[in-house]
Amino acid sequence: MATYNPVTPEIIAQLEQVVPGRVVVGQDVNPDYSRDEMPIYGVKMPEVAIDVLTTEEVAGIVKICYDNNIPVTTRGAGTGLVGGCTPVCGGVVICTMRMNKILNYDLENFAVTVQPGVLLQQLADDALTHGCLYPPDPGEKMATLGGNVSTNAGGMRAVKYGATRDYVRAMTVVLPTGEITHFGSTVSKTSSGYSLTNLMVGSEGTLGIITELTLKLIPAPKATVSLIVPYEDLDACISTVPKIFMNHFKPQALEFFEKEILISSEEYLGKQAFPHSFDGVDVGAYLLLTFDGESMDELDPIVERAAEMLVEEGALDVLVADTPGKLKDAWAARSSFLEGIEEQTKLLDECDVVVPVNQIANYVAFVNETKSNYDFEVKYFGHAGDGNLHIYECSNTMDEAEFRKQVDQFLSAIYQKAMELGGQISGEHGIGYGKVKYLAEAVGPVNMALMQGIKKVFDPKMILNPGKVCCTL
Amino acid sequence: MNILVCIKQVPDTTEIKIDPVTNTLVRDGVPSIINPFDGYALEAAARIKDKDPDTRIVVLSMGPKQAEAALREALAIAADKAYLVTDRMFGGSDTLATSYILYNAVAKVEELEGVKFDAIFCGKQAIDGDTAQVGPELAEQLNYPQVTYALEATSADGALHILKEGEDGNYIVSVKTPCLITFTKPSFDPRFPTIKRKMAARKATIENLTSAELTNIDPTRAGLKGSPTKVKKTFVPPRKEAGVVIKEETGEESAQKLFELLSEAHVI
Repeated sequence: MATYNPVTPEIIAQLEQVVPGRVVVGQDVNPDYSRDEMPIYGVKMPEVAIDVLTTEEVAGIVKICYDNNIPVTTRGAGTGLVGGCTPVCGGVVICTMRMNKILNYDLENFAVTVQPGVLLQQLADDALTHGCLYPPDPGEKMATLGGNVSTNAGGMRAVKYGATRDYVRAMTVVLPTGEITHFGSTVSKTSSGYSLTNLMVGSEGTLGIITELTLKLIPAPKATVSLIVPYEDLDACISTVPKIFMNHFKPQALEFFEKEILISSEEYLGKQAFPHSFDGVDVGAYLLLTFDGESMDELDPIVERAAEMLVEEGALDVLVADTPGKLKDAWAARSSFLEGIEEQTKLLDECDVVVPVNQIANYVAFVNETKSNYDFEVKYFGHAGDGNLHIYECSNTMDEAEFRKQVDQFLSAIYQKAMELGGQISGEHGIGYGKVKYLAEAVGPVNMALMQGIKKVFDPKMILNPGKVCCTL
Repeated sequence: MNILVCIKQVPDTTEIKIDPVTNTLVRDGVPSIINPFDGYALEAAARIKDKDPDTRIVVLSMGPKQAEAALREALAIAADKAYLVTDRMFGGSDTLATSYILYNAVAKVEELEGVKFDAIFCGKQAIDGDTAQVGPELAEQLNYPQVTYALEATSADGALHILKEGEDGNYIVSVKTPCLITFTKPSFDPRFPTIKRKMAARKATIENLTSAELTNIDPTRAGLKGSPTKVKKTFVPPRKEAGVVIKEETGEESAQKLFELLSEAHVI
């Protein structure tokens, strides 16, 4: 186990040399820097927090920490869900939020270079003004791109376009020693040694600090149609999903959710989004799909054939959103699921397992059966198209220690089942601080040792984001 | 019940760009939508039909041929039949000329449909012109009672019961049919069309009414010629800051509070 030194006044003076006026110490540190969106995985104030502006500043700070054996934790917007940016050993927090510039578009190569603190929404909007789409579309639009890359964030459009990893071309990285290096390039293929770029993607700030990113863009689709598809029950809803692909439909997004979670989101938004019954039949669950293409003329027949198939397979009806206003309405409810749950819940934990698409129905049945053994409520929704489920454990009445104990048992059971079905324990949220134990259980000692070995090569003194992903304190 | 819903196709923007030279709207590159308030009027009609499936909803629009897209969307959402009033002679009409043409069109649609509409639903105003005049002017031409700023409408006992937005609260106003109602933004959105309705709407025939059909129209009262309004200048008004509402237990306390606030602001 690594031991670290405290940040002394001498070290603070050294840091001041690198970033004059921006070294915030002790009680002056913004309490937000002690946690991410999941405080259940621990809250710990860092000794020092610094809002950085340049790669050189980051390198200067890290070098001082490396020489003095001080832990460094990088954070963006703090929207993570696994305690990934919680400075569990104190030390220095580096915040990238002010490195928020979109630096350059290379439209001939469909690439954009950004600083890591640019928000996902900011890039998405800006790319559209250049006629381009940045396809990764995680629910949290206020996350930073640095954070998205560090967790290999997925999101709604992953079913057609893939996750963040597929859009990372190159990056500038500050290593834990303070050295500055560059991985990747704007080319679309490479067979040039180990892919250090891909090692960085999803490494959750444990291998290096990303200070610049070159991301791939695609031409923005010109037409978009969403379908809202109600079903009498979840089983009918989920069992349709593989059939959508077997019939060669390629939705850009394919989400499923039960009526209860829709209602809590509607309460949060203050208005009803979708009908709760059709011709006197109560809806149990919904699919929400989006198709994109070059024109409405191209999409109309696809949408018609898809709708026909969905109704044949048991949908109660198919509703269409094809105007900007209606598309916005249709996705507003989906985008507020987490906020809706957070608002109504005192104790909250979650997991985001991913299973093969044809196992979603099996898996959900298992979760439903298992949850009855516990005192907390279980709510879930997910990216049906890629088998990624977000499962929330919620309680407003339980004692916290008891809640944690029961959730731990529940998670172990459902993670084990996910692995049995050929899944993985996290689809897009990452391991962070909260899921290290479950990752070890899932991948076994050999793979954990490989990951720890890689960590050691990048970070011999183990100063970067300690206690995360594959390392325990 | 027979309801006629008047809709207008408008550019999808809350701040219309205006050509500084010609003082006309720049519509290039801006997608067209159903005027949102007209969408609420259509939803209000659809909600009456939900309760009474015998209700027939007819939509009427005036505009260029492209406005058929808006009518098809209305058919997909809830309407049973759509009419488009379109003729070069009607272009450039101000609100007076528009309401005059619509008045004649209502009579023609009633003749073609073989019914008398119990109610005419309009949006309170269009988001491009923002005059809020056409609905009330049409009611005057028809000599119908009108209720403006409606949020919801229910039909019972030969009358419409309207939940109406007011300055200091909402009212319920009952009005005998035939009548004209203009709708503002309620707490709900218009419904999503079903795929079946969407497909049917794509194939539906939209009846065009031109000056050849609307033979009662006096050409001197339609189009630019029939429009007394002359636009001298248009501008976006500055946003008003929200006012302060003083609501104490008694009038005396409210006066006291007002006195304190005015003193603090050094105005008295």
